[in-house]
Amino acid sequence: MRYLPLNDQDRSDMLGVIGASTIDELFTDVPQDLLLRGDVNLPKAQGELDVERALSKMAAKNTVAGDVPFFIGAGAYRHHIPASVDHLIQRSEFLTAYTPYQPEISQGTLQALFEFQTQVAMLFDMDVANASLYDGSTACAEAVMMAHRVTRRSKAVLSGNLHPQYVDVVKTQSQYNNHDVVTNAAALTGDEDLISAIDEGTSCVVVQYPDVFGHIKDFTALADAAHEKKALLIVAVPEVVALGAIKSPGAMGADIVVGEGQSVGVGLNFGGPYLGLFATRQKYVRQMPGRVCGQTVDAEGKRGFVLTLSTREQHIRREKATSNICTNSGLCSLAFTIHMTLLGEAGLRRLAAINHQKAVQLAENLEHIDGVEILTPALFNEFAVRLSKPAAHIVDRLAEQNILAGVPASRLFTHGDAQDVLILAATETNTDEDITALVSALEEALS
Amino acid sequence: MMNKQGRPSQPQSDNASKSFETFSGHRGLQQEEGIIFDRARSGETGVDLPIPGSRPSRLGGLERTEEIGLAGLSEPEAVRHYVRLSQKNYSIDTGFYPLGSCTMKHNPRLNEKVARLPGFADIHPLQPVQTVQGALEVIDTLAHWLKELTGMPAVAMSPKAGAHGELCGLMAIRAALEAQGDARKVVLVPESAHGTNPATAAQCGYAIKTIPAADDGLIHLDELKAQLNDEVAAVMLTNPNTCGLFERDIVAVADAVHAAGAYLYCDGANFNAIMGKVRPGDLGIDAMHINLHKTFSTPHGGGGPGAGPVVLSAALAPYAPVPYIVNEGDGYHVIETEEQSDVSPLGRMTAFYGQMGMFTRALTYAMSHGADGLRQVAEDAVLNANYVLAKLKDLFSAPFGDRCMHECLFDDAFLKDTGITTLDFAKAMIDEGYHPMTVYFPLVVHGAMLIEPTETESKETLDRFCQVMRSLALEAKDGQSDRFTQAPQYTPRRRLDETQAARNPVLRWLPPKSDDISPLQAAE
Repeated sequence: MRYLPLNDQDRSDMLGVIGASTIDELFTDVPQDLLLRGDVNLPKAQGELDVERALSKMAAKNTVAGDVPFFIGAGAYRHHIPASVDHLIQRSEFLTAYTPYQPEISQGTLQALFEFQTQVAMLFDMDVANASLYDGSTACAEAVMMAHRVTRRSKAVLSGNLHPQYVDVVKTQSQYNNHDVVTNAAALTGDEDLISAIDEGTSCVVVQYPDVFGHIKDFTALADAAHEKKALLIVAVPEVVALGAIKSPGAMGADIVVGEGQSVGVGLNFGGPYLGLFATRQKYVRQMPGRVCGQTVDAEGKRGFVLTLSTREQHIRREKATSNICTNSGLCSLAFTIHMTLLGEAGLRRLAAINHQKAVQLAENLEHIDGVEILTPALFNEFAVRLSKPAAHIVDRLAEQNILAGVPASRLFTHGDAQDVLILAATETNTDEDITALVSALEEALS
Repeated sequence: MMNKQGRPSQPQSDNASKSFETFSGHRGLQQEEGIIFDRARSGETGVDLPIPGSRPSRLGGLERTEEIGLAGLSEPEAVRHYVRLSQKNYSIDTGFYPLGSCTMKHNPRLNEKVARLPGFADIHPLQPVQTVQGALEVIDTLAHWLKELTGMPAVAMSPKAGAHGELCGLMAIRAALEAQGDARKVVLVPESAHGTNPATAAQCGYAIKTIPAADDGLIHLDELKAQLNDEVAAVMLTNPNTCGLFERDIVAVADAVHAAGAYLYCDGANFNAIMGKVRPGDLGIDAMHINLHKTFSTPHGGGGPGAGPVVLSAALAPYAPVPYIVNEGDGYHVIETEEQSDVSPLGRMTAFYGQMGMFTRALTYAMSHGADGLRQVAEDAVLNANYVLAKLKDLFSAPFGDRCMHECLFDDAFLKDTGITTLDFAKAMIDEGYHPMTVYFPLVVHGAMLIEPTETESKETLDRFCQVMRSLALEAKDGQSDRFTQAPQYTPRRRLDETQAARNPVLRWLPPKSDDISPLQAAE
């Protein structure tokens, strides 16, 4: 077997040194009646060529986003990733290292994390960021739990326009801790009353920006209302490229900002691995979940980096930890920080502007179609439309023509009047031809 | 010797005599590298993008007008920056990485290639299911492998990492108990458990009680039985445990747990030791997560991403979270919401499906090895660890006898009166070119050193490693402490001041002349 360096001679020599005559003498603590005498019922070993062939066959059954007109977003966005990003994250020293527990031989990972944390804090306009969580949805749930710790309250108020799968993750996480989760109904227009839901028991209000229907709006008044009741404002950002164009959550008064970092450097990957971004105000740093990298000096006084504030974490604090998280999204945070460094301020702003222009172009083209009504007046690169026919049916029909038209709201919202609502995103990867193809297919399907 | 141009072609006698500080700060191949914000300019970029269109904005007056502060680098500068950073890391590909409990095995590059096929990497989780049948096939096929290898009837694929899998498993247990109207309050966790176990139980709303270890490093069966009662929801056990020992009373433990109406959760971090040798389902385990980034060779990536699918017994299977995949002969379908399910899902652990990129890698790995190869993996992993134990046990102090599973544990008794700590010893190993073993874990022995070689190391590597470890131990016992207390010497940085980092946290760079600097200190 190509991954196993020992040969039979080695094995028998080594057993000799150990003082065992067979390998099963090393398994004597296993109940002998349960020790498997043969192989489990699975296929035998295969060479590289055969395995690659089998997996390629499965891959070929999928419709590749890059091969077709593609307008799906709703929490994961298709962007171009510079070739150098994937090359760099495949450097052995990044790819095959563990968590940087021995800082003297992990300065590469640690410095990259320090730079990553700085970039995330800047994007969100927050004081500090952690070294990543699993993804946007779990980061959102962690933010709610952190708000409960900070405020010593246990009720979270969730916007109806928070991604329904994020809502489900927050609810699942909260269900066994006597934590209340109050959710609004989805608001297609983007207007909902969250302020009246805040009371003295509320620990946090959670909003999404841009929201699940693509609406962008200023949360400053909501932040003020929350703070008046000593509750926190949590803002979840599903598409961080937006922050190259629109006002930062920090400037609106957010206390915790979480995000899905997938759209910078990571790719679609059928939903994972993704990258949970998490940032907050300095005063709450000791309640923050997840690993954090900090700057220090070495024995010679040179600048270096270490994992720090670990007394918040499970390996030190055990059941009193701020979270149970251990492994996070290290390599995805590296991809993010490399891509962000390549973009820089100027590149991110231009990328965001292009995305917005593409979405406006798409909206302008769609709003002339009979049977399409744009529901999102203020938007970044995603918006919702009401169709004259059920959206899921239209999406399936266009998929048959190799056009991936967006996400029918009914796939996300099982209740409510979302049957005829379609959510579409446009990015720099969409061409004029993509938009033309979508428009004509949609016109035909709706006629 | 000189060549004809007068260039010396052999080292001169004084070439090797002394070292000195360089003017550049670099030391040959060891390149110093500042942080990007020290030098990058905000106008610079390494990405050429077209000029945006000029359609009327629909941002609704929410334009970001303030500077963000991001630093940009051209592509050559960026590539050099990250290559230089990479060279400051130790990795499996660099050398031996016997980090106990972490299973640092070789990461096959075929896995990387397959995960990057556009048919896997460039598909969206909310595409119509008829356009992602191959992706669902990967998930379903890997699920089949995991169920066969563990002898369990169901698996929840979506948890994102080991700790997330623990949470999923405990939630399934809680859901099952509550469905029986039997709300219980307590989870029992052995003293030797990973920190994630008690942290997870707390996150699931349970009180935690600790079971002390017996003198032989195994769970104290009588203590366990004494603590079991109708308030106990679950026992979380790691098997093989974190001392590298197989819990030989596992069947008795399972029987006792079940007799008390509780469930047995197994932390599957160490599944590599028993894969293909014994099936957790046969041992009476109700739920166990599998770290695909350990046992199934997906890369650790400097701290993630991982993946933590959880296998479930028949009693817990109805509570598996959404989404899950069904196939009734007409292609794959996805149950995405609790409303669509005809059983009782505990909820949703994450948006979308989980760590698809790890599923493709893990399936590639599993198919490469096959049933026969995976069994050999476990055997070689156990053989390698026992070999290291056999080669070191006379000079080091092994608290729990002369047999182990996939990792061997030593305490610091052999360093008594030397003034050298486990940490010093670990740092000296760095100078010798090895990544240290796991230190100070598990907590059940003093100054723990936990060595997990994995099956992907050759006998030659282990021989050389053991020789170096023996030399270090002899030197330590001989009172030669400088080599340890001054270590590491040959690294990009010497020992780092972790106390200062924690006491005075500098968690980001700030511009040197920022006005609102007060709560944070600017980086230099």
